[in-house]
Amino acid sequence: MSGSAAPGSSPVRPSAGLAARTWSVVAVPLVVTVLSVLLGAVIMLFSELLVPGHPFDWGLPLTAYGALVNGAVGRPEAIVSTLVYSTPLVFGGLAVGFGFKAGLFNIGAQGQFLVGALGAVMAGVALANAPAPIAITLAAIAGLVAGGIWGFIPGFLKAVSGAHEVVSTIMMNYIAVQLLAALVSGPLKVPRSPSPVTFDVGNAAFPIILGPNGHLGILLAVIAALFVWWLLYRTTWGFEIRSVGANRDAARYAGMRPKLITVATMTFSGCLAGLAGTSVLLGVTHTMTSSFGTTVGFDSIAVALLARSNPLVIVPAAVLFGGMRAGAGLMQIKAQIPVELVDVLQATILLFLVTSPVLRRVLRVSSPGAGQPGEDLGVASVDAQAAAI
Amino acid sequence: MTDQSGTSLAPALEMRGITKRYPGVVANDRISLEVRPGEIHALLGENGAGKTTLMNVLYGLARPDEGQILLDGQPIRIAGPSDAIARGINMVHQHFMLVPVLSVADNILLGEETMANRVFLDRREAHRRIVELGRRFGFEIDPEAKVGSLSVGWQQRVEILKALYRNARILVLDEPTAVLTPQETDEIFAVLRRLAGEGHSIVFISHKLYEVLAIADRITVIRRGRVVGERRPAETNEDDLAELMVGREVQLTVDRGTSHPGATVLRVSGLEATDDRGHPAVKGVDLDVRAGEIFGIAGVAGNGQDELVESIIGLRRPAAGTVTLDGADMTGHSPRDMNEAAVAYVPADRHRFGLIRSFTLADNLVLTSYYRRPYARGVLRDGEAIQRDAVSAIERFDIRTPSPTVTAGTLSGGNQQKAVVAREFDRDLKLLVLDQPTRGLDVGSIEFIHRQVIAKRDAGTAVLLVSAELDEVLEMSDRIGVMYGGRIVAVVDGRTADKNEVGLLMATGGSQRGAVAPVEAAS
Repeated sequence: MSGSAAPGSSPVRPSAGLAARTWSVVAVPLVVTVLSVLLGAVIMLFSELLVPGHPFDWGLPLTAYGALVNGAVGRPEAIVSTLVYSTPLVFGGLAVGFGFKAGLFNIGAQGQFLVGALGAVMAGVALANAPAPIAITLAAIAGLVAGGIWGFIPGFLKAVSGAHEVVSTIMMNYIAVQLLAALVSGPLKVPRSPSPVTFDVGNAAFPIILGPNGHLGILLAVIAALFVWWLLYRTTWGFEIRSVGANRDAARYAGMRPKLITVATMTFSGCLAGLAGTSVLLGVTHTMTSSFGTTVGFDSIAVALLARSNPLVIVPAAVLFGGMRAGAGLMQIKAQIPVELVDVLQATILLFLVTSPVLRRVLRVSSPGAGQPGEDLGVASVDAQAAAI
Repeated sequence: MTDQSGTSLAPALEMRGITKRYPGVVANDRISLEVRPGEIHALLGENGAGKTTLMNVLYGLARPDEGQILLDGQPIRIAGPSDAIARGINMVHQHFMLVPVLSVADNILLGEETMANRVFLDRREAHRRIVELGRRFGFEIDPEAKVGSLSVGWQQRVEILKALYRNARILVLDEPTAVLTPQETDEIFAVLRRLAGEGHSIVFISHKLYEVLAIADRITVIRRGRVVGERRPAETNEDDLAELMVGREVQLTVDRGTSHPGATVLRVSGLEATDDRGHPAVKGVDLDVRAGEIFGIAGVAGNGQDELVESIIGLRRPAAGTVTLDGADMTGHSPRDMNEAAVAYVPADRHRFGLIRSFTLADNLVLTSYYRRPYARGVLRDGEAIQRDAVSAIERFDIRTPSPTVTAGTLSGGNQQKAVVAREFDRDLKLLVLDQPTRGLDVGSIEFIHRQVIAKRDAGTAVLLVSAELDEVLEMSDRIGVMYGGRIVAVVDGRTADKNEVGLLMATGGSQRGAVAPVEAAS
């Protein structure tokens, strides 16, 4: 998945058909990824100097990246593992990207992710012995609703008092972390267990549909991406959401209700993030511990930015990030490069993305938009917000 | 006018055969322009004709594909704005590039610090030069005043001072009067004449005919990227220039015909509303608009017109009073309700309120009707119907665009406003509310929009027209209400109204404030 195409190939004029349009969407993510990989190689070479007496090996980055790619897509099981890692990132990326479309920066995906997982585990444990279809459906809905509630609150606060969603969702993240800790070590804890852990969700677990551990969530994530695309570009709701995101005043003058749309968007964004948590809980862990919190919520922001909020581009972007996570272990074993290099790569991708207006000029690709239904709205301001944080 | 001045002199600046292409459009097609020392040279053209592109080339912001720039007869290559400034070419932009929280002196010094000893700014010297420069061109300015506290007219003077401070020899002013009152315009013209008198060359970009005739020594007209003519004010007139600029004969005054007012459609009584800060802005307005008539509201901007219109259209909740439509109470109803009740609205600021610039033209054409058939079935949008009707609207309303799928932001101002008009006018209407419908537009677009408004009136629509352009109100309206201090202080007959009388009412509110005179203006 990582960049095989050469960067900076011949400039393509906009409005030159599908190929050019695709290029204008993927050019920046592609080049940004390649640059980050190169920078990662430089960091690895420098890191060699830190180990005294270590023979310097120019080939180390190649070995490391080889292992990373191998670990991500080298064998069928590795591919499945990549998809499993990618699944919550697709949901999370959709959640954040959907917010961007309405001009909202949902930093609270992490909290909604946790609360969603919490909802899924509570319902799942309660339904652990119910017939599987019922248990799975209800547990997934519980996760979705829980995440939705966590998104609704900051949306509602913004609508009634103007409280900025960046601030309120960060606060909601802290509340979610503490809520999870309190419940897992309290009412949800398995009695007399030495560590804080919940019961297993039993029949509510997602069935395995692919390889050794490819669960139902993978399929649901793809369906969610298609659904969000359809919602944004084929329905009047999506039109309203994009209108509010692009020009709140004009939307209001045109008879839309920006406040209502803000609340609805944050709620739906929360639902998607909640499904991210649900997919991990019902698909992978099946129980919840007090250390359930991962970086999915924050990686999701990176995924959404990399894909410029385009729901269909979010899928490959999530697979890229998921693949790095999946392959990191093998990289550490084979090249003694710590898995944290993946965090460095993701961070540099984000940093390069902030410079995307400059990149667009260098690459001579116009901002996608012309000829294509309202692509990439409000992303510039979101880039600015991301840069400010 | 200084007609023959400097005809023998070599041009200070010459642009030869400048061509600039953008994807799908030739913005400048072999444009040549020469400006002599001490000359005020007007560049006249419609919005989108290529004036700004040409000046961007001159300022180093755009690289020409072909052509040459000569300064004092020497070919030069301008790398960027700082290079242009170093060569004495300065630009005063339409939107001021000033920092409001800084003082006049600080703004002028930004980027051009006069060093006393290479470390510290020599403020005293800078102040002295600023005051002296101001005096030389006929105005007293306080270098310590905060720019944000100055009126727009004075801010413009600061921009000009900034250029003069940098020893500008060639000054480019891009639509300098767009934001000025008539008095401020006269004052700026006096400054420009003095500048020219001292040997500065001035390029004056405008699409306003009377201004160009008043100020320029020579006028170059461009249309669709090409020079279509050069004139001296003495040998031309507004009709001639308009025809050159638009490419066909243009009617500068509205042929409004006769109106046949019917029953009252809109009735506003005792309306009160507050502005965004909660201060009373509309203080008890009564007005009626009948079917088939245009009711104009004249007034200096900021006398409550915006709040009045927003209260009528449902964007602002009135504090008191009622709004009825065909006898039905619509007070406090939403914009959507008003839209459904066959009320259309053209907002004053098309960029902020009228359009979504990052959306396609087609999407903008359905911005207020996207949820209705045929553009949607349930929540499903019908892309085909949207495209089909967009193509038809583009043709009928003469919107110049390569296709319905270009983003609205790429269209010229006139075409953007035509899109708003197409969207709002293209159905049967009871009431049409227009707020500054032609602000900032070129004559061709103004003529077109005025004709559409008249057509709507003749079809029996009640029209409420708010405009800061008194001429527009006078030319279009059957009746005119003068708004002053949140009240309608007089209602006069639009056909017999006297411009000076209405102007006086706008400025002073007349003697009996708050009284609504039925037909006669309070004198």
